[in-house]
Amino acid sequence: MLSIVIFLPLVVGIVLAVTRRLPPAVAHWVWLGTTLVDLLLIALITAPRPSGTALLGEQQLVWMPGIGSSYHVGIDGLSLPLLLLTGVIFVVCALWSLRVTDRPRAQAALFLFLQSTCMGVFSAQDLILFFVFFDLSIVGMYFVIAGWGHGDARRSALKFFLYTFLGSLALLLGFIGLYLGASPHTFDMVQLSRNGSFTGTSLAAGSILAAIVVGLAIKTPTVPFHSWLPPAHTDAPTIGSVVLAAVLLKMGTYGFVRIAIPMLPGAWRDYAWVIVVIGIVSVLYGALVAMAQTDVKKMIAFTSINHMGYVILAVGAAGIVGRTTEQAQQLAITGAVTQMVSHGLVTGALFLLAGVFYDRTGSYDLRDYGGLARPAPRFAGFFAIASFASLGLPGFSGFIAEFQIFTGSIGTTWWTFLALPGILITAALLLRAFQRVFTGSTENLSIRFRDLDRRETVPLVILMGLSVAIGVIPGPLLAIIQPAAQILVTGLTP
Amino acid sequence: MSGILILIVFLPVVAGVTLLLLGRRADRAAPSVSIGVAAGILVAAVLAALLRPIVVLGFVSATGATFGVDGLTAVLLPTIAAITLLILVFAVAEKTRPAARFHGLMLVFVAAVIVTVTSTTLPSLLAGWEIMGATSYALIGFHWQKSRTMPAGFVVFTVTRTADLGLYVAAGAAVAGGIGWKLTDLADAPTPWVHVIAAGILVAGLGKAAQLPFSFWLSRAMEGPSAVSALLHSAAMVAMGAYLLLRLAPLLQITGWAGPAAAWIGATTAIVLGIIALAQKDLKQLLAASTAAQLGFVILAAGVGATAGGTAQLIGHAATKALLFLVAGAWLTATGTKQLDALSGVGRRWLILGGVFLFGAFSLAGLPPFALWWTKDAVLAAALANSPALYAAGLIGVALSAAYSAKMIAAVWAKPPATERARIEEHQWDSEGNGTRAVPSAALVPMVVLAVAALVLGVLAMPAVSAPFRSLLGASSEPESSLAELAASAVIAAISVILVLRRGVRPFRFGLAWFGLERATTVVIVSPIQRFAQVLSRFDERLDRSVDGSAQLLRDIAGRARALDRALDRSVDRVATGAIALGRIARKAQTGNIADYYAAAAVITVGAVLFLIVVR
Repeated sequence: MLSIVIFLPLVVGIVLAVTRRLPPAVAHWVWLGTTLVDLLLIALITAPRPSGTALLGEQQLVWMPGIGSSYHVGIDGLSLPLLLLTGVIFVVCALWSLRVTDRPRAQAALFLFLQSTCMGVFSAQDLILFFVFFDLSIVGMYFVIAGWGHGDARRSALKFFLYTFLGSLALLLGFIGLYLGASPHTFDMVQLSRNGSFTGTSLAAGSILAAIVVGLAIKTPTVPFHSWLPPAHTDAPTIGSVVLAAVLLKMGTYGFVRIAIPMLPGAWRDYAWVIVVIGIVSVLYGALVAMAQTDVKKMIAFTSINHMGYVILAVGAAGIVGRTTEQAQQLAITGAVTQMVSHGLVTGALFLLAGVFYDRTGSYDLRDYGGLARPAPRFAGFFAIASFASLGLPGFSGFIAEFQIFTGSIGTTWWTFLALPGILITAALLLRAFQRVFTGSTENLSIRFRDLDRRETVPLVILMGLSVAIGVIPGPLLAIIQPAAQILVTGLTP
Repeated sequence: MSGILILIVFLPVVAGVTLLLLGRRADRAAPSVSIGVAAGILVAAVLAALLRPIVVLGFVSATGATFGVDGLTAVLLPTIAAITLLILVFAVAEKTRPAARFHGLMLVFVAAVIVTVTSTTLPSLLAGWEIMGATSYALIGFHWQKSRTMPAGFVVFTVTRTADLGLYVAAGAAVAGGIGWKLTDLADAPTPWVHVIAAGILVAGLGKAAQLPFSFWLSRAMEGPSAVSALLHSAAMVAMGAYLLLRLAPLLQITGWAGPAAAWIGATTAIVLGIIALAQKDLKQLLAASTAAQLGFVILAAGVGATAGGTAQLIGHAATKALLFLVAGAWLTATGTKQLDALSGVGRRWLILGGVFLFGAFSLAGLPPFALWWTKDAVLAAALANSPALYAAGLIGVALSAAYSAKMIAAVWAKPPATERARIEEHQWDSEGNGTRAVPSAALVPMVVLAVAALVLGVLAMPAVSAPFRSLLGASSEPESSLAELAASAVIAAISVILVLRRGVRPFRFGLAWFGLERATTVVIVSPIQRFAQVLSRFDERLDRSVDGSAQLLRDIAGRARALDRALDRSVDRVATGAIALGRIARKAQTGNIADYYAAAAVITVGAVLFLIVVR
């Protein structure tokens, strides 16, 4: 069943790719239909909520028994929120592209392929499988940027590919280390996550962790490995940016909670403070550099670095174990996973809105606009809502995430309060950008700017609606994450 | 029973958000919806004050949104609801437009205030607290077409959010201390966390209450519509800062330092902002500065643990200040100006307005028998019991209150000669938009109600009479003001008023500019951060280039590898040809090709593969 979720988009994508002379409208609706079915299937599989250790939709087939690797997939409380997020984001992308005219069939096929790889990453329970999907997603995104991007798309795509591919190589190195360190040798993630599975020396554990952290840090990205992100976003097509920010970045942060923490708990405890420092630096650096940007997409890209910084901060702080820190550690992990979902929804919406600028005028430059709220009130409203959601206002998902992250992190490590100015700087920069573009007198490119139409409104309503739903009634989402977070924390306790 | 509380919290949110989503389509229905909802909240608030319901909802944690009504909330909730209703009636009479957006935002704002004041746990309190800040941003920038409004809202939001970070720290410290987020448990936190929590709460409260050094945001908040100023400065935003410190006064006390710090910051604000108020030339700016100064007395009360006195002052001030802002707003609409010298004699032209204005001004001045005379003195009595120096500082605040109130009265009730009046109307009116020269009679109703309140609310702090109020707040043992103290503050206020009316106030440029508080913040904090952001951004570009540079290096290496590969290939070929020439046996061997593949596989690193993609 879960395998259908993973491979359905791929199969439909291949069919689309080989069916020549298909009317664009059919391609659009097939794409949208597939994403909807896929989302529905995940919901069906996970209707019995994941509880404790049992994996939902688990399936294991013999693949490469010689090296202890199998086709093993399954869902738990850490992966389910991200699978749902992935499902929603791809539905939104399909909706947004309903009227695309530039090679619609190929685009649909490519995005379906990309969706399969993303679903695969979040349901893989075998490191080799994880790695294969992880790398294929990079390939898919490369073609999205290079094929449908604008500006210096080829160059940005290549940079993205090179950089993240390099990261995945570091990851592979780490995986091989995990394999060798486990007895018996295996790539199975469930077995590797069992307590005491890693039998190597602490030096070995440290080096393997370093390789994995570098790999994930590039993907996330954290400072100083982030420089591929802004150009990739700037030159990517709108929905490419959405998938990149909402789903692909999460593969990095997901790797921390899925692989780094449970498989190397001892090393994680030893070096947690390094992770916390990287997190704090990313938070502040991302926010400050975002403040200096005039390109709306670059600005959002840097706020992504800031938001991912909170996640890194939290997973690091969760590793700093004291006598009475269990509650705080759980808060931090739950907050981190909530933040992944929240950032996906909110930043997805922000990139859609950024895309509207480009569609209408071809300019991402904030300075080219002013008083835009007059010709485009609906656009202004959504931008304001998305900005407030992004700056972590209560009532939106971001608050739930950031409140847990900060209270949990301060709970284990008091000096994480140093990252708090991050939420202030983000607030300042988003509101300043909003004011510059939407208020004051209507001038420059703002004149005769067409407001959002229905096709553009629906996806935004979906994303912001979900963010508000999580922000007001976080209970259901937290109930999915908390048991898994608890297992993770128990594993961290020496 | 708990249904009432859910209704109070969610009715305004639902109504407000619905109005906002419908937008222009709801413009016609908005005023009646808004008044209806506000009236409903008032009834529910009174019921809640009597029934004391409790509601536990899940939020961040299973009990993260717990709402309840204790003595303090039972007093404040109806106050907030009543003042909101009155202000909304005024806004409807004044035809604030576009109506749906205005009333929608106002209702969401009020809902946030209600959440703040009924929350008994930190997560929901912080939620209400921050939504209040965000909606105040939207309300101050309501007329976004005007260039000054949005930047003003921006200052308000960022300054108050800076202080809000204190609540995040407090919530984190509560987790670290292992005590959870119930407000009543905070004081039980172990050291050192109890100190961290107290510090965080103190900063957050001071920021919202516009105490020093955060006060300057109040000046900027004046850019909003008059009804917004009236609500923000009376029962809502600033009042919530004071409320938080009153509510957590036991926590401040237990630390040993936070109480005195709050008391002294309050007293200092009463003095410094009093001087600033006295220096203002703009009626709304004067009122804004006086708000911070009057709230200073409430903070002082919280610092010395005088909950009853502080709450009485908070309520008395809310009625008084709402009244004054509404009158100022009515004059602004009618005359198109809020400059004091342009408002010369308007009290005589609009007699009812002039009359109710006097009620507000006398109360603000602390003259007997008006509300603030009693309430302020109740605070001072507690200050005297605590430290004579604090009491003396409070008396300076009393003198200043009387002085700036007298300055307003002198302007509004001045009697300029007819020619002068004509000149003012000709040249100085309509400086901030065209005046209507009329005050709608419906707008007078809320003002009259508030004027009565500004007179009678003194009962909350009247010695002997205030016993029920004190016991409601659980503060029966608090010191009451003695006759001598009441007389002393009345005499000081009266002398101060007479002096100002006789002698006038000399212009004071530095005070007019709020002692450069905002300027200093810009120079010391904001500009360096912006410069640092620019520096970091340039660094980031350099980092990016260096990454490109290493990619270039990789390319060069790949290029060399290819050259090497070719050389190898050629030599292999040569070997092959040699071999072929050497013997026929070797003729069938495909050595050349195989070696070619091997060589390629050996040297083409991942970088080289990618390079091929580039040059493709």
